[in-house]
Amino acid sequence: MDNFEPKIVAFCCNWCSYAGADLAGTSRIQYSPNIRVIRVMCSGRVNPLFVLKALSIGADGVLILGCHPGDCHYIEGNYKTMRRIPLLKKMLKQFGIEEERVRLEWVSASEGARFAEVTNNFTQNIRNLGPSSLGPSKQSSKEAKHG
Amino acid sequence: MAKLKIALYWAASCGGCEIATLAIHEKILKLAEVADIVFWPVGLDFKYADVEKMPDKSVDVCLFNGAIRNEENEHMAHLLRAKSKIMIAYGSCAYEGCIPGLSNFYNRQLTFDRVYIETPSTDNPKKIFPQTKVKVPEGELELPEFYDTVKTLAQTVDVDYFVPGCPPEEKTTWLALEALITGKLPPKGTVISHSIKAVCDECPRKKEEKKIKKFYRAYEKIPEAERCLLEQGFLCYGVATRGGCGALCPQANMRCTGCYGPVEGVIDQGVHFLSALSSIIDSNDPEEIQRIIDDIPDPAGTFYRYSLPDSLLRRARIK
Repeated sequence: MDNFEPKIVAFCCNWCSYAGADLAGTSRIQYSPNIRVIRVMCSGRVNPLFVLKALSIGADGVLILGCHPGDCHYIEGNYKTMRRIPLLKKMLKQFGIEEERVRLEWVSASEGARFAEVTNNFTQNIRNLGPSSLGPSKQSSKEAKHG
Repeated sequence: MAKLKIALYWAASCGGCEIATLAIHEKILKLAEVADIVFWPVGLDFKYADVEKMPDKSVDVCLFNGAIRNEENEHMAHLLRAKSKIMIAYGSCAYEGCIPGLSNFYNRQLTFDRVYIETPSTDNPKKIFPQTKVKVPEGELELPEFYDTVKTLAQTVDVDYFVPGCPPEEKTTWLALEALITGKLPPKGTVISHSIKAVCDECPRKKEEKKIKKFYRAYEKIPEAERCLLEQGFLCYGVATRGGCGALCPQANMRCTGCYGPVEGVIDQGVHFLSALSSIIDSNDPEEIQRIIDDIPDPAGTFYRYSLPDSLLRRARIK
């Protein structure tokens, strides 16, 4: 487990967090290479289904990054995210999935340093948690046999 | 024309689907005119050995209800698939796993502990659990193996059609039977129902703006007669559930619990409802949002009441 490098999916809103990631890059700020960024038009576009799908095909953690409350390009998309993610986490706990594997953070277009800090911190947390018990190759042989 | 040969079987189910088959009332006479029942453990005295002797594909259609929870269910699914030209997953258990599928939040051992030890009405000091083989003076007795995970019929064998409902409504059952009798079959894989839209589409309750400050459980409040139940804070599942039932439950002041499965094109009914439901919480304050969410004591069990085995995650991970 010492060499465990988590796979992390980060859904970044086009208007704030993705631009924040860009700024981190152009500012030459180093951040954890474990994240795979998926650009979405709004954090409100992230159907909780996307999170489940990412986890079920092998992601060890999922980050959802959106504009700060009040800053949404679409007025209130991020408020919808703010309501969905806590309920999703509560439900994931019942599925035996650590709620720390999913995190919602606000990162603006000017916060390149914050983008790096959030991704580094999240990656470290997932590294400490260990690999996810989900994913195609993680089922026990018993379960593979009987679904 | 030769009569249709129909087989009916129940696997892990409650028996409600068997009653639903009979709920087509006088139309059953019409069915008897055109079809012979060749296998039906609930109603007629056929043995499994009789089915084994039938030639492959000699049964025109099998109405299979119940989920796949043990070795016997799985064996019969394979056997009936081999003998039948058309396999129909009849009712929510065969289609999505339904109530038996909720035990996918546990595993075999936890289920056995609960059923054979912990239930208040159980007295089992020797901690006796069912065994697949037991020696008794008369010889060896066998029981089918009980699986950790409940599966749907389609996760076990190839399925041609799905009939939703817990249990399917009379008109839904007849829609499927009529298609078989007339030979006007829909494309393979069709979920046979009168609607591909949500239950709300056929619900007569008045719908205005959905903004929720507090969720209510059924015992906590008497619903207003005409207003949308979801708008009143009840966890009415109609927005994420296929119609075709005629929105019977909401019309009887009972929230929709989601038994007709997802609307057309949705792959995971539970998380679909989670998304819709949480979006209409009327607050922008994280602490207040958390308080409102706390009104839902069992989100996973509520959202996946009928569809856990058929969902993306299929079961909980047990440490």
